[in-house]
Amino acid sequence: MKLDVEIGGLRLKNPVMVASGTFGFGKEYSEYIDLSKLGAIMVKGLTVKPREGNPPPRIYETPSGILNSVGLQNPGIDGFIKGELPFLKKYDVAVIANIAGESVDEFAYMAKKLDIDGVHAIEVNVSCPNVKEGGMAFGVKTECINDITKAVKKSTNKPVIVKLTPNVGDIAICAKAAEDGGADAISLINTITGMVIDINTRKPVFKNIYAGLSGPAVKPIALKLVYEAVKSVTIPVIGMGGISSASDAIEFMIAGAKAIAVGTYNFVDPYCTMKIIEGIKEYMKLNNIDNINDLIGSLSTEI
Amino acid sequence: MLKKIISNIEISSGIYKMVLEWEEKAFPGQFIMLNCGGRTLLKRPMSICDIDKKILTIVYQLKGEGTKNLSKMKPGDSIEITGPHGHGFDIFKNKKILIVGGGVGIPPLLYLTKELKSEKIYIALGFRSEIYLIDEFKKYGEVFIATEDGSHGKCGYVTDLIKDIIDDIDIIYGCGPKPMLKALKEMAIKAKKPCQISVEERMGCGIGACMVCACKIKDKDNFHYKKVCKDGPVFWAEEVEI
Ligand SMILES: Cc1cc2nc3c(=O)[nH]c(=O)nc-3n(C[C@H](O)[C@H](O)[C@H](O)COP(=O)(O)OP(=O)(O)OC[C@H]3O[C@@H](n4cnc5c(N)ncnc54)[C@H](O)[C@@H]3O)c2cc1C
Ligand SMILES: Cc1cc2nc3c(=O)[nH]c(=O)nc-3n(C[C@H](O)[C@H](O)[C@H](O)COP(=O)(O)O)c2cc1C
Ligand code: FES
Repeated sequence: MKLDVEIGGLRLKNPVMVASGTFGFGKEYSEYIDLSKLGAIMVKGLTVKPREGNPPPRIYETPSGILNSVGLQNPGIDGFIKGELPFLKKYDVAVIANIAGESVDEFAYMAKKLDIDGVHAIEVNVSCPNVKEGGMAFGVKTECINDITKAVKKSTNKPVIVKLTPNVGDIAICAKAAEDGGADAISLINTITGMVIDINTRKPVFKNIYAGLSGPAVKPIALKLVYEAVKSVTIPVIGMGGISSASDAIEFMIAGAKAIAVGTYNFVDPYCTMKIIEGIKEYMKLNNIDNINDLIGSLSTEI
Repeated sequence: MLKKIISNIEISSGIYKMVLEWEEKAFPGQFIMLNCGGRTLLKRPMSICDIDKKILTIVYQLKGEGTKNLSKMKPGDSIEITGPHGHGFDIFKNKKILIVGGGVGIPPLLYLTKELKSEKIYIALGFRSEIYLIDEFKKYGEVFIATEDGSHGKCGYVTDLIKDIIDDIDIIYGCGPKPMLKALKEMAIKAKKPCQISVEERMGCGIGACMVCACKIKDKDNFHYKKVCKDGPVFWAEEVEI
């Protein structure tokens, strides 16, 4: 059975990844699963300088979903290279560094610094809803997506994946802007902006008023956006948003996602990625699919 | 991992005690994450109240959907759990100890009290009205009680119980609601006594990966965030901002 897929020159042993910000830098989950069995690890979003992130509360549960307002707490790019990367290098797994700059120059600077051994691709986060500077403000403007992608491409030899926000009117033009900028792949969705009010205090639960919704609740939305993105570009699309089971993952691949990433569900079940890989294999066996690439994009819309 | 429920009973109004089959080692102050089922998504953190010969006890208060589902589980049912998680209390030997607990901050202190095996343990417990776990604590030390409505022990807060004892002890351990921990921290600093407290924050993963359980740690004139689930839940009182 062939489970390996290629994303912009990067070969993955299987299409199951973990989404940025939901897996730390792998250490914690290594106590539960063999990291080498994953297709890739997208590490927590990195910034030029270390960031402390937002004050608590940073999480709120809704039916089938969560809202988070972490605010990109991370050790900074140097902290990652020195403190976290050596551990990840011990595993036979693709490491995708997720970067979130506050300007085009910062994105380029980080991409250049990460053009090193142990980093296999760069994911450009133009879509974080929880930071004031940069973040989603970039991701909703197609010129910004285009400029950042170009600058990052120029600064690195690694495959460049541009991560899109769902908080836009037309995902197709954002996907196209990334492709035109030279992106090797795109990934989506980041979290959907939402808000929660405490009815006793009549105040928002989160200090930033808005926060990012993820988890099973967002899956149908994510699937639709991934499907639209797939139709609008020729580069590979990595699908994520609410995936919690093999059947969820398979839906995204049928819609055309070349690979998928699991986010929030890692919190619920640290073993879920392993179950998803096994479940995909079972599905392939049951449906006589020898090569996963035959499944990808096999959607038939004639009903 | 799946664990079998041995018993699950209400021990006081809205307070339940659940006993589970358990093989793992765990330290006082650590917690487990439980999948409460129903429409809940995330696992719920609960402190370890006791471990004894392959059984683990938690004591929990009905709060919302998760704990409501938990309270309906029956002996023989299995429950999905991860843990033990977190950094528990440091055990100091041969010291005069003061244990201070409030509300559902009391359960984790039972396992601690048992493991301390100290000659002199003062245990000050504060409840709103109904009391619980008292007999268990009495096995290990001298128990003082305060209730907010005066129905048992002294009428008032748990911190009222310790004013006369605090100067005579070597180390303080505390767990309870934020205002209690704040008061305890101030008293400990004033009396110049080392004090470890267990703090709570909303959690996502419980294992240190998601960064949502941030807790402010003083850092000279500045601060930085530590993770309650991994670096805590137990911290030195003077280092945390409550
Ligand atoms: C380390 C730790 C140990 C704990 N030990 C105990 C214990 O021994 N006994 C006990 O009764 N309670 C304990 N709690 C609090 C307990 O986790 C919450 O009361 C419980 O999660 C509420 O869930 P719910 O679904 O009933 O309530 P809901 O309000 O419906 O929960 C909604 C969401 O908020 C979260 N949440 C709500 N209150 C808290 C809280 N205080 N802390 C963290 N998350 C919260 C829930 O996990 C859930 O994701 C502990 C909390 C922490 C962080
Ligand atoms: C707690 C948390 C932190 C996140 N941090 C990041 C981040 O640093 N960078 C990023 O690109 N996406 C981040 N995300 C978004 C996820 O990578 C993912 O795109 C989103 O959660 C949707 O997938 P899911 O529904 O499976 O969680 C974060 C999500 C969560 C829940
Ligand atoms: S709950 Fe995820 S880091 Fe603490």
